[in-house]
Amino acid sequence: MKLEFHSNKDFWAGAMFIAIGAGAMFSARNYPFGTSLRIGPGYYPIILSGILIAFGLYVMLRGLRKNEKIQGNWSIRALIVLPFSMVLFGILMKLAGFIPALIALCFVSAASGREFKFTEVLLLTIFLGALSVTLFVWGLGLPYPLIRKF
Amino acid sequence: MEIFDNLIFGFSVALTYENLLYCFIGCFLGTLIGVLPGIGPTATVAMLMPITFVLSPVAAMIMLAGIFYGAEYGGSTTAILVNLPGEMSSVITCIDGHQMARQGRAGPALAIAAIGSFFAGTVCTLIIALFGPLIADMALMFTSTEYFSLMMMGLVFAAMLAQGDVVKSLAMVVLGLLMGCVGTDVDSGFRRFSFDIIELSDGIGFLVIAIGIFAMSEIMAHLSDPEENTILTSDVRRLLPSKDDIKRSIGPIIRGTGLGAFFGVLPGTGPTIAAFSSYIVEKRLAKDPSRFGKGAIEGVAGPEAANNADSQCKFIPMLTLGLPASATMALLLGALMIHGIAPGPTVMTLRPDLFWGLIASMWVGNLMLLILNLPLVGIWVSLLKVPYRRLFPAIMVFSCIGIYSLNNSPFELYLTAFFGIIGFVLIKFECSPVPLILGFVLGPMMEENLRRALLGSRGDPTIFLTRPISLGFIIATILVVIVVSLPVLRKKRGSIIID
Repeated sequence: MKLEFHSNKDFWAGAMFIAIGAGAMFSARNYPFGTSLRIGPGYYPIILSGILIAFGLYVMLRGLRKNEKIQGNWSIRALIVLPFSMVLFGILMKLAGFIPALIALCFVSAASGREFKFTEVLLLTIFLGALSVTLFVWGLGLPYPLIRKF
Repeated sequence: MEIFDNLIFGFSVALTYENLLYCFIGCFLGTLIGVLPGIGPTATVAMLMPITFVLSPVAAMIMLAGIFYGAEYGGSTTAILVNLPGEMSSVITCIDGHQMARQGRAGPALAIAAIGSFFAGTVCTLIIALFGPLIADMALMFTSTEYFSLMMMGLVFAAMLAQGDVVKSLAMVVLGLLMGCVGTDVDSGFRRFSFDIIELSDGIGFLVIAIGIFAMSEIMAHLSDPEENTILTSDVRRLLPSKDDIKRSIGPIIRGTGLGAFFGVLPGTGPTIAAFSSYIVEKRLAKDPSRFGKGAIEGVAGPEAANNADSQCKFIPMLTLGLPASATMALLLGALMIHGIAPGPTVMTLRPDLFWGLIASMWVGNLMLLILNLPLVGIWVSLLKVPYRRLFPAIMVFSCIGIYSLNNSPFELYLTAFFGIIGFVLIKFECSPVPLILGFVLGPMMEENLRRALLGSRGDPTIFLTRPISLGFIIATILVVIVVSLPVLRKKRGSIIID
């Protein structure tokens, strides 16, 4: 029987749980464990990590037996561009102000989809920009400069 | 009668101009996102929550609750008119609702769906008013031992009864609990899992996780597997149902409300299960079951009443015990805590304005939804023509501004982006994110209760088995585990989800 690891849903799900559990247990190894009477900061996380590893092992072994495939597609573009648009928004809010950050967010996040129509995105940006400036900056009074002066 | 005094007091809170306005905004937004497929109530509540931090706690809760139950109403509109569930819970409504629309009876289907939901909403408002205080009174006797067992029961129930694989759901609960450990330990001041990142010493914000896992990853999943939105809108000509329609719908609405209320208080069972069971019951009870699937009005009336009853009764455990029964309830619980209100049975005595005001506002909101949904149905339908590529940048803008405003720092945005990717991977592994958020919100409270319970029992863990109420919770937990793992039921459960 040939096993295809790269798309085995439960194998990887289990592996993920084990990895997180093991990582958590490793990080928590020096936290004071305490006693049952007076549990320390390490008590609860270490027990939880142990349980998580156990569940992970079960899911992983079951995955090897059943070998069910991961469904659907992975849009690598969305996976990279969408988080990047958020990071960019965060950086620009600090450096350049509300409006530049918003424009970057709209354009970059729109670019993570398959269709990108420049005029449409531009109009959307203007609409969302006007709405959020009115609502957040003027309405709720969030203290963000619209454009930061250098 | 005390209950009427309480309700009148509640209405006096809910009917102030301010609260009416926020109730309306909540219901309006709820309907909007309910109609639009591709954005759910959980993501919306998370996305808009930062805006509500400037409001009073009462107004904030009223608005957020409105989004939640408003989405149930809106979801049915899409289901009936375009055979596309606007929300997951409307899957069942699609079956007969859309057939009715094809036969030119979209109007009566919409009207019955709205009336059924309104009836269920009214009954559940009364149920909460009646049973809420009783449950809270009982819960006042609970010590940390009972709370720990209760929370464990809630989490296990949620994992067992939620859709998806049971073991993976349990693992997600544990993962959520573990993520709740991040930050400074309340008891010892010890920093856990903060990896010397100063921003993590306060823990991970629950909105960061909620927006990352529910909003961001949903967008990524949509962009990966775009659904073709072919909109075939049916004309809504005649809105009023015939006498026969009404006569046929009364029974299903009443039964659906009952089923929905029952499933509502159970953690983990989403409105889909309530709607589905109601559909099955109506089909069994029908004189001519073959009408189902071909536009039987009973198949719209029952499930619509059931899913609305379910979503309203989800408030009972949240408001009286501080136990969230769904992901949205976990978020509302988090909102309460951010407003400095400790969840639990004391909410009712310490903040009666919040408790009774919220309940009364739900009834007011249901009335608003009836008006919003029926005459304005044309406006909602035209919204369906907005393509997803114009929608998701808007979700991004609101989410990012909301996240940034939490601390006025970009760090939370980086973290949200990270959780977005994690959430997408979880979707691909078919691990439900709902148990994770429940575990995350309850995690710190569970640890605190465990610590206190063990301290009280001088380190003896059998205390959870020797106190009768706690023992009851544990027995109930074990029973559910056994029942759900029985091979016979396991197969049935699988077929329910496939259906």
